[in-house]
Amino acid sequence: MIEEQVDVVIVGAGHAGCEAALACARLGLETVVFTMSVEAIAMMPCNPHIGGSSKGHLVREIDALGGEMARCIDRTFLQSKMLNRSKGPAVHSLRAQADKAAYSSAMRRTLEKQPHLQIRQQEVCGILTDENNHLTGVRTVSGTIWHCKAAVLCTGTYLNARCIYGDVSTKTGPNGTQAALYLTQSLKEHGVEMNRFKTGTPARMDGSTIDYSKMTRQEGDVPVVPFSFETDPASVQIEQVPVYLTHTNEETHRILRENLDRSPLYSGQIQGTGPRYCPSIEDKVVRFADKTSHQVFVEPQGRETNEMYIDGMSSSMPEDVQVRMYRTVPGLEHARIVRMAYAIEYDCINAMQLNAAFEFKKIPGLYAAGQFNGSSGYEEAAAQGLFAGINAAMKILGKEPLFIDRSEGYIGVLTDDLITKENHEPYRMMTSRAEYRLLLRQDNAELRLLEKGYRVGLVSEERWQRFLVKKDQIKKETERVKALRIGAGAQTQACLEALGSTPLSTSATMAELIRRPELSYQALSPIDPDRPDLPFDVQEEVNIEIKYEGYILRQERQVSQFRKMEEKKIPEDLDYDKVPSLRNEARQKLMQVRPSSIGQASRVMGVNPADISVLLVYLKGRG
Amino acid sequence: MSIQNKNEDTIAACATAMSPSGIGIIRISGPDALRAADRVYRSSKGKTKLESVPSHTIHYGTIVGQDEGVIDEVLVSVMRAPKTYTAEDTVEINCHGGVLVMRRVLDAVLSCGFVRLAEPGEFTKRAYLNGRIDLSRAEAVMDLIEAKNDYALKNSVSQVRGSLYEKITAMRAQILYQIAHIEASLDDPEHLDFASHIGELETDVSGWRKEIRHLVDTFQEGRLASEGIRTVILGKPNAGKSSLLNLLVGEERAIVTDIAGTTRDVLTETIQMHGMTLLVTDTAGIRDTEDQVEQIGVQRARNSAQQADLLLWIVDASVPLDENDRQICQLLEGKNAVILLNKSDLETVVEESDIRSLTRKADGVPVLSFSAAEGTGFEELEHTLTEMFFHGKLSWNDEVIITNMRHCSLLERAEGSLERVEDSIRGGMSEDFFSIDLMDAYDALGEIIGQETGDDLADEIFSRFCMGK
Repeated sequence: MIEEQVDVVIVGAGHAGCEAALACARLGLETVVFTMSVEAIAMMPCNPHIGGSSKGHLVREIDALGGEMARCIDRTFLQSKMLNRSKGPAVHSLRAQADKAAYSSAMRRTLEKQPHLQIRQQEVCGILTDENNHLTGVRTVSGTIWHCKAAVLCTGTYLNARCIYGDVSTKTGPNGTQAALYLTQSLKEHGVEMNRFKTGTPARMDGSTIDYSKMTRQEGDVPVVPFSFETDPASVQIEQVPVYLTHTNEETHRILRENLDRSPLYSGQIQGTGPRYCPSIEDKVVRFADKTSHQVFVEPQGRETNEMYIDGMSSSMPEDVQVRMYRTVPGLEHARIVRMAYAIEYDCINAMQLNAAFEFKKIPGLYAAGQFNGSSGYEEAAAQGLFAGINAAMKILGKEPLFIDRSEGYIGVLTDDLITKENHEPYRMMTSRAEYRLLLRQDNAELRLLEKGYRVGLVSEERWQRFLVKKDQIKKETERVKALRIGAGAQTQACLEALGSTPLSTSATMAELIRRPELSYQALSPIDPDRPDLPFDVQEEVNIEIKYEGYILRQERQVSQFRKMEEKKIPEDLDYDKVPSLRNEARQKLMQVRPSSIGQASRVMGVNPADISVLLVYLKGRG
Repeated sequence: MSIQNKNEDTIAACATAMSPSGIGIIRISGPDALRAADRVYRSSKGKTKLESVPSHTIHYGTIVGQDEGVIDEVLVSVMRAPKTYTAEDTVEINCHGGVLVMRRVLDAVLSCGFVRLAEPGEFTKRAYLNGRIDLSRAEAVMDLIEAKNDYALKNSVSQVRGSLYEKITAMRAQILYQIAHIEASLDDPEHLDFASHIGELETDVSGWRKEIRHLVDTFQEGRLASEGIRTVILGKPNAGKSSLLNLLVGEERAIVTDIAGTTRDVLTETIQMHGMTLLVTDTAGIRDTEDQVEQIGVQRARNSAQQADLLLWIVDASVPLDENDRQICQLLEGKNAVILLNKSDLETVVEESDIRSLTRKADGVPVLSFSAAEGTGFEELEHTLTEMFFHGKLSWNDEVIITNMRHCSLLERAEGSLERVEDSIRGGMSEDFFSIDLMDAYDALGEIIGQETGDDLADEIFSRFCMGK
């Protein structure tokens, strides 16, 4: 039997595992990342997008913390769009179509080139702990023991995975990979409670058999905005690949309805809980019976393949039903399926078993991230992987854990929701989950989080210094614009008139003019001769900070109140049984979650304001 | 959201039970206490500012409303931190006008915008948190908070049953739908569009605002009537319930006849008695009956009894106890009650011991001999009730007021949020700005009916809108 010694073991090399592994290795820790298949590193087994509403925010935040996802997609995208551009800046969100194979191999190369990081294709079958249930290592199916100081579980949808369509059921992981069959049992033996979730994916079609003339062609944005703050915008102005829009119709729905009894979802074959935000086409037909048509996006999977992803029609129907229903869609009449649509069931956990650093409360040294934690989505996974990886490293290095609160980032909302609330379906990021979203914009992710990334050690000194210059430029320019008075001179009036704005009756500050809905910082440059030459992102930041100042100030006030409750810490060893007057329901929930602050406690379902008062009084008495 | 920052802001409430006579104290505590007091206080010469007077001094003057009209003549004590009850800057306004005036003073203080109504037990909680109360009292404080909150919650929920509850629930459902529509369109802009629905939203918002304004007005007009110890008179038909009510009211209002079953509706009278406000409800007599109209009355009586703070059970002592009395007994469980053996002017066949042996539920409930017809025993009843009140058994009527005020301020908060939505719509903002204020309105209305927000929004989004990918 071989025994190996490393600092950190990462189990899984999907989007969470890659970020966790890179973070640990970049911080100088000897790291091994296990994968069921080296070909499956950073695989995108479902949709071909990175980003999208609120997920684009996560990618920007990952970048500000020194993660990899943004840089990788900037090098491998096929098409890019800023969603919600006509809405407020808080909900602008970048979304790229990825070249799946290129993304996966670019990430693999990044891992390969990373010092202190080794890749191993091997199934981890168990965790090892000492007599206090502290993690000491992992064991692989080959019997090798890897001693380590910390491990991060990023098993995605691999654990006891089962793929299903019709009455066909195979014990395989995503995209036909081998499932991981042993780890669940070992975790259970160490007191981990397991859940079972399900998700699904649509068919891929042979692009040469699709009639695009019957579909609407959709192009990407020009110019393209990169995800990473570090990417040179010039480098992403590439030739983009179009996406096509088509629709289901009554015939599609009729076929689905007539065959509902053959769907494993409705026949009870599938037990796991699926996501409501990503329903299969048969689900949509049942739940939204009044809709006669649903949108279908036909999306490229890569430059080197003509395989197309049929977005909006995920399914677990039997093969013959799939073939028939896809062929009712305009443009797909003669399309040939390359890969069938399927549903996948997998083991995961209720993340309430983790503490605020994403470490198991019962198994110190063991961390968890990604779909294993009951989330969904590549971006959610990557964000957690980075977060858990950093925290595993911080623990080994004897440093303070990284913590991001709900007012600092979508990552804060994501991590807090996962460890505080019970999820009954895979958790997806949404802008409506963020209470302070006017502050949590994709444009200011660096302003919010770069300092944390720098403190952790994942942001280089050079980048930090460049950021400080930018920050200073924003501050100075905002102040200048607020102080700058514009007289009602002829040139000003002409400029305002040209921009469709009412003329000035008396003088106004530049800031006041910027706040007019029809105007902006950039548009007013003709009447601002002393304006310094600033980079576009600085101008944009100044524009937003001034234009939405009233709303932003209001949210900042809410945040300062929110922080006061977050800062009231609850000792880890608090014995809730000794807190008098706490209602039983609240006591049980608090014992389960063991919140780290009064703020977190107040978000636990079943805990009311009176319980919080009681807790405050008790903690005060305890000194 | 509702628990945030509960120890750093400034709070106000009546520090004494609201009673129609004598002096009452409105206490303001927190960093802005003096500033708040200066908004409503006018010294006799009009020059003294409380913010500049020495600590622990008392000042004569008046309290004025927003229209500068005088509400009451007062003495104001100014006490700066830390030597105060709460260890915070504290102002106590001693007024002498009874319930209505005290509430108007409190309203004036709260209307300055940076003071909120104290939660039940909050002065004591702050006193404790700020180290003014001994450690050994911690548990008592927690019990107090818990009990008061339980009561307030129970109260607020029972008070908003009926049409108000339905109105708020319906409005919240409509608001939530609009938020879900906006949020779904932001999350999945390629499938859903909200921009074309802005006109519809604007109509909805203005409708909700009108409805909320109407509710606020209703509250302000109607709330005096509902503030008091909810007292229900029980008894089988013709036991003398209406006569007792007339005695309490001091005039003949309920129809009194010798025919059993005359009172079919529930009548409520507001009665002032030695500093207490009693909301007395006369009920239909409780008995097994075939008469459908009467059955409804009986059911109403049972419902009133369940929500009551105090039950007055009037027993016809001239006839033996029967099944109807036994049924009434069941309603006494866990209630403050007084049992009156009526018709002491006639030949009585029921003694206190008969009641005691009929039910254990009457243990500890005072039993008085009484004659509604002659008015004998009435003084003793008054005395008993006053004792109960001043010994804290019936000390709740101020919290009913607090509950009402809280409802009002929550309605006003919702109204303010909806105004901001209208401003945003008019200012040409995009819909993502609307949903932030809509959510605040939704939360405020939810607090009135005691509902947490939880995952409502996600549920609404997924159940109403087909999210694409």
